[in-house]
Amino acid sequence: MILKAEGLRKLYGGFCALDGVSLAVGAGEFVSIIGPNGAGKSTLINILTGVTPPSAGTVRFKDRDVSGIGPVRLARLGMARSFQLVQIFPDLSVLETLQAAVVARLGRGTRLFASLSGDREVQEGALEVAELFGLGEKRHVPARQLPQGDKKLLDVASAFALRPEIILLDEPTSGVSTADKTAIMEIMVAAAKRIGIQAIIQVEHDMDIVFGYSDRIVALHQGRILADATPAEIRADQRVVDTVIGRRARVR
Amino acid sequence: MTGGLVLILALLAIVVAPWVAPTYYLLLMLPFMAYAVVLLGLNLLFGYTGLVSFGHALFIGIGAYTGAFLAAHLTVRSMEVFLVAAAIAGALVAAPVAALCVRYVKIYFGMLTLAFGMVFYTFVLKFYRLTGGDEGLPFPRPALLGFPLDAMPKTDYLVGPYYYYSLAVLAVATLGMWRVVRSPFGLCLKTIRDNPAKAETLGIGVTRYRWYAFMISAVYASVGGALLGPPTGNVDPTLAYWTHSGNLVFMTLLGGFSSFFGPVLGAFVFIYLQNWVMSVVPYWRLIFGAILAVIVIFAPGGLMGLFARARPAEVARG
Repeated sequence: MILKAEGLRKLYGGFCALDGVSLAVGAGEFVSIIGPNGAGKSTLINILTGVTPPSAGTVRFKDRDVSGIGPVRLARLGMARSFQLVQIFPDLSVLETLQAAVVARLGRGTRLFASLSGDREVQEGALEVAELFGLGEKRHVPARQLPQGDKKLLDVASAFALRPEIILLDEPTSGVSTADKTAIMEIMVAAAKRIGIQAIIQVEHDMDIVFGYSDRIVALHQGRILADATPAEIRADQRVVDTVIGRRARVR
Repeated sequence: MTGGLVLILALLAIVVAPWVAPTYYLLLMLPFMAYAVVLLGLNLLFGYTGLVSFGHALFIGIGAYTGAFLAAHLTVRSMEVFLVAAAIAGALVAAPVAALCVRYVKIYFGMLTLAFGMVFYTFVLKFYRLTGGDEGLPFPRPALLGFPLDAMPKTDYLVGPYYYYSLAVLAVATLGMWRVVRSPFGLCLKTIRDNPAKAETLGIGVTRYRWYAFMISAVYASVGGALLGPPTGNVDPTLAYWTHSGNLVFMTLLGGFSSFFGPVLGAFVFIYLQNWVMSVVPYWRLIFGAILAVIVIFAPGGLMGLFARARPAEVARG
């Protein structure tokens, strides 16, 4: 198991956002977390990525307790994430954004007088990821000028450029047109293979995406795990269909 | 390309100026070059890291007082010693100040830097025996590269050897900063300026990098402060006063903080414009206040931003 969470609880005042959630993700897995709004998905992601410490329970990443250690150290250990609301560096170009990730991965951020443009490993590493995500031609475009879909791709690409062992994607296709969603997923899955990312965890609302790509689906409801099973088993589980999937289907 | 040409021409003009320009204008070049060093550092924090300091006059004060103090109490007369000592003193003071300030951002960061500036101002004002109080300390003419030069008339010294000495220091400071902003480190600073939360998820320790940027900017400001000593001849507490910090921010905005040379241009225009306005009307602050308002509203990119808009092919990068 790469990532193992046990007995996670999170209390916000009197409100229990997570109530005894356990989860394990192994190498080669693509796991989707689903659930209605308020089910605790974001809280879970924030705890797994070390942003929020849990009220109780532990998160172990590669057999190390990482609960609440913060995003910086977690990124160095090999866990990356992207955000639900797209996060970019508005004034940096596509290439600069990816270079920053490569610089951070190689631990070269404190090279004060070294030439960035002369660092071949950084240049090539960034270009390679740009190509993988189909952003090669736009590599000199400032991030703020990219169309929404490309901003999303860049956000994810910069997490991939860290060459993490595991990546957590918080609604990777939110805010993207239905037509583009599959394209983004295809690019990501192919890139993950090329880069050697061992496991992907995503929070996703789009059931086509969830069922089309997941090896395993974790359904959350009111802070508890309702089901943790393969897509086929989830589809057959009437409880999950009623509380999670059915509700979404009706909304759409 | 055009930018490089302008730079070479500007450098050439500065080099030949002592043969052709009137002494009066040459003397104004000395504070310009000192401020240029200060602003190169300040802009690493402002333009590249996204933190606006309203207290950097503190470090000008540290640099200038370090030189004057060494001269008054230890009879040191070497400019090289002054510069190195200023850099060390600036770093020593900046280390704890920066550690506190970089935990905050935006207005809170600005206010904290302002507060530390005020503390230092009051310190130099009140500790009369060390600092000379409101009268300050004389900054005697230093030897340059070991040459005493005491026999020279003061003006000849300033517009001759000291002019080129300042230029050399500015050149080294510029080259150093040019490399820093183009290094992997510089790129990390820009990610922090643009989106600190995202920078953290890439594994960039935001607080630590802000501290580094603050330290470098403080060392630059201290060196610039020491450079300001000889032409002023006397250091007094107003060097560290908050309005002086305000002038630094003004110069940066005037030239344009999103361009590498913007603040340097800002310092140049500020000094000569201030000199001219003061000679025409007695209320230069009134005029300058109006100019600042116009810049903020109509040209947020400063003078460099105006040039860049005129030549869209070379939008201010880096």
